[in-house]
Amino acid sequence: MSKQKKVVELEDVVVKFAGDSGDGMQLTGTQFSDTSAFVGNDLSTFPDYPSEIRAPQGTIAGVSGFQVHIGHKEVQTPGDQADVLVALNPAALKANMKWVKPGATIIIDIDNFDNKHYKKAGFVEDPIHDGTLEGYNLVKAPITNLTRATINGLDLGIDNKTADKTRNQFVAGLLYWLFNRDIKLGEEFISSKFKSKPILVDANMAVLRAGYNYAETIEAMATTFQIKPTKGRKGKFRNITGNIATAWGLVAASERSGRSLFLGSYPITPASEILQELSKLKSLGVKTFQAEDEIAGICTSIGASFAGCLAATSTSGPGLALKGEAIGLAVITELPLVIVDVQRAGPATGMPTKMEQSDLMQALYGRNGESPCIIIAASTPANCYDYAYMAAKLSLEHMTPTILLTDGYLANGSELMHIRSVSSMPEIKPRLVEDNDSEYEPYKRDAETLARSWALPGQEGLRHRVGGLEKSNISGKVSHDPYNHQKMSEIREEKVQRVANHIPEQEVYGDMQGDLLVVGWGGTYGALYSAVKEMQDEGTSVSLAQFNYIKPLPKNTKEVLGNFKKIVVCELNMGQFVNYLRMNFPEYQYKEYNKIQGLPFMVSELVNKFNQILEEK
Amino acid sequence: MSTNTIKTTKKDFTVEDPVKWCAGCGGYPILSAIQNILPNTGVAKEKFVFVSGIGCSSRFPYYINTYGFHSLHGRASAIASGIKTANPELSVWQITGDGDSMAIGGNHFIHLVRRNININLTLFNNKIYGLTKGQYSPTTPKGSKTKTSPEGTIENPFNPGELTMGAQGTFFARVIDNDLSMMKEVFNEAAEHKGTSVVEVLQNCVIFNNKVHENIAGKDVKDDHTIYLEHGKPMIFGKERDKGLMLKGNKIEVVRLGENGITEKDLMVHDVENPDDTTHYMLTRMTFPEYPVAMGVIRKYQSTVYEGALHLQIEEAKNTSKIKNVDDLLNSGNVFEIE
Repeated sequence: MSKQKKVVELEDVVVKFAGDSGDGMQLTGTQFSDTSAFVGNDLSTFPDYPSEIRAPQGTIAGVSGFQVHIGHKEVQTPGDQADVLVALNPAALKANMKWVKPGATIIIDIDNFDNKHYKKAGFVEDPIHDGTLEGYNLVKAPITNLTRATINGLDLGIDNKTADKTRNQFVAGLLYWLFNRDIKLGEEFISSKFKSKPILVDANMAVLRAGYNYAETIEAMATTFQIKPTKGRKGKFRNITGNIATAWGLVAASERSGRSLFLGSYPITPASEILQELSKLKSLGVKTFQAEDEIAGICTSIGASFAGCLAATSTSGPGLALKGEAIGLAVITELPLVIVDVQRAGPATGMPTKMEQSDLMQALYGRNGESPCIIIAASTPANCYDYAYMAAKLSLEHMTPTILLTDGYLANGSELMHIRSVSSMPEIKPRLVEDNDSEYEPYKRDAETLARSWALPGQEGLRHRVGGLEKSNISGKVSHDPYNHQKMSEIREEKVQRVANHIPEQEVYGDMQGDLLVVGWGGTYGALYSAVKEMQDEGTSVSLAQFNYIKPLPKNTKEVLGNFKKIVVCELNMGQFVNYLRMNFPEYQYKEYNKIQGLPFMVSELVNKFNQILEEK
Repeated sequence: MSTNTIKTTKKDFTVEDPVKWCAGCGGYPILSAIQNILPNTGVAKEKFVFVSGIGCSSRFPYYINTYGFHSLHGRASAIASGIKTANPELSVWQITGDGDSMAIGGNHFIHLVRRNININLTLFNNKIYGLTKGQYSPTTPKGSKTKTSPEGTIENPFNPGELTMGAQGTFFARVIDNDLSMMKEVFNEAAEHKGTSVVEVLQNCVIFNNKVHENIAGKDVKDDHTIYLEHGKPMIFGKERDKGLMLKGNKIEVVRLGENGITEKDLMVHDVENPDDTTHYMLTRMTFPEYPVAMGVIRKYQSTVYEGALHLQIEEAKNTSKIKNVDDLLNSGNVFEIE
């Protein structure tokens, strides 16, 4: 019998799905996110998965999670802590208990809560009865048994092991009820996901409905929630991860510049999706080259750039280290090239699936010789599209490699992206030369930008040679002349500095002057913005400057920094950007807040820190 | 590519600036041979790209009037792969040495060969590091005394032909720098081959490894110490043309014509196009003094070319995909319209 529904309206809610890494938690998370986007909510997601593909079942090492933050209000982060936790086994519960809000709803698969599983998860006592879960709204759902019973009832000849793979749809069903979602949206997701396997469509749909019906009948879920559509948003949106947005930004730049896209790359966590996505886009003329190693990844791209492609390579920190010498080759040959570094926790292999911002110094200085590049950092999953586009544009127009820094958090996290036509993006003008241009010389430069021209093999009358040996300015002949080397070194640096004339000024969120300026760069934007906004709403004099352009810095950087009584630079490293600022603007005092745990900032810790800094004498 | 329509001469490929190899360096005749045969390809002079790594050999792009890229130590195979994949219309040549392609660039070398990208790779094998002044290389014969092996090397040398076969190479040839006509013949075939062609040039380094190939390729001995292989012809060698190669069981043996009733008909006949590379591998491995060293084109087998296969996939995708431009892509899949 259906019960009376009590509906509570929420501004926002954070849901965390957690289970074994084979339990389909990422899929259910995506399904729930898409449904939320469809009904007009703002959202931000983050998957939290282990680097082992299938660690032993039921252990902490094997827990895979997916967090989604949906809102009626604007949402900037996947959320500090969850309002609803789904834990398919005791390990999933144990791994996530500290990320759950007091009084949260915790949905567990009671069928997996037995002594065998407690032991695997490392619980000494039974967590259901030892007080661990006191104060939470605990829903003990027999997910495994009800899923198996549903599947067996269909008589499709599916065994229990396969049936268990549809448990994630039972969870989805529970949540569609809990958040008053139209179950049809979940069904459509299943139809499209499994369209080539009708038997799986039937099975998953039946389990989805079973979960929904179960929720309807139990007392523990008597209260349901509603998050109304976000106000003030108009237009077309899509849910996108940072890696996909990066790949698409490069393709957009390729289309707009008229240069076909070439990506030479070697698979590496957490950057592989860029290579995977671009390898699917052959209909747009994209060429992907899965190289034998990181070095070949960048070197094939340098070759492709010499031949006239918009060339890019994607990697993470360890790969950036291997590419160092070749980046120098792109610097000295003055060829356009985009190097995407999806940063992860290091050094060496470090924590491949965890985020960090510790490659900044490597990007700036991690090469032999004076080897300046343009350095850009994306700050949200969706704006990876814009900054990948800008990285390509600046590289093509200024004839110098550009490093785009993202991180594992942006790469795998998602949010809604406003869809704009490619024609609305800024124009890109590659520095091509006409055949038989009698004025052409390999290192002749544009007076304003100092960029050389780009003559392509195959063009008549422009035969020339480039290479890693120092070249004479203008003629491009090999030169060991001491004064020429000094001049060329200065030109390469000055060329990058002059890019400052072609990028936007640094924005400040909040007043242009005040008590405290919070400074961040790249992927910490969501948390820093949320913390600053919260404090501004309380009347605190605090503003945020989140940097996307690192080298060169925007022209007004000094002015921005100089207008505040205190400055705190927040980074997920041990203080790389703050030291870069100290070097460039030694006249200011900088406080720093550094975190190096492989985890993003939490809004609450930032607010505490900022308040503490404001109170200090 | 070889549509013999565009006329060029050797002069189109020479440069005004001086060539700076040591006097007597084997690089000179190799350069001359390549400049000589480029006009035969019928390719416009603007469509050649010469790519090199680092080492004496790798100065080559400065000495030939084409587009050129003098890159990083060991990385020329990767750079050349990118150029050819980006623009298959170009005739791409890689110039490398035994240090550049067998040591630091060994990985890129085998993967270039495995992918079978249509690149003409010329390997200057002088069996020594010349530019860094005399350290042993991966092809230096075992026991050789060099600056870094004062008691003799204790490493087994690589045979570039074995590596090429091991990486499923479709073209391998070996020539000697003192035989201009042999080099020209072989470079012509390499240029014509569709796929990665590896030409090992036994090159002399007058300064650090002088006469390293003299025992097999010296003017007085080379007829007896090498065998020039030609497609479709029996394997005969020797100043008197009296020796040949015979397959006994699964082993190649040197035999004398006329001895024990052996005639030309008993000898192996060279088949460069045999898809099965077993015999090519055996020929590649022949070393003096047990055998004559095999010269000429040892393997030339037509197979799928990487950039051609990629082109087909792109054309297929363009024909079948609904996504024709980036706006289509942005609007594909789940798009939510909020009003």
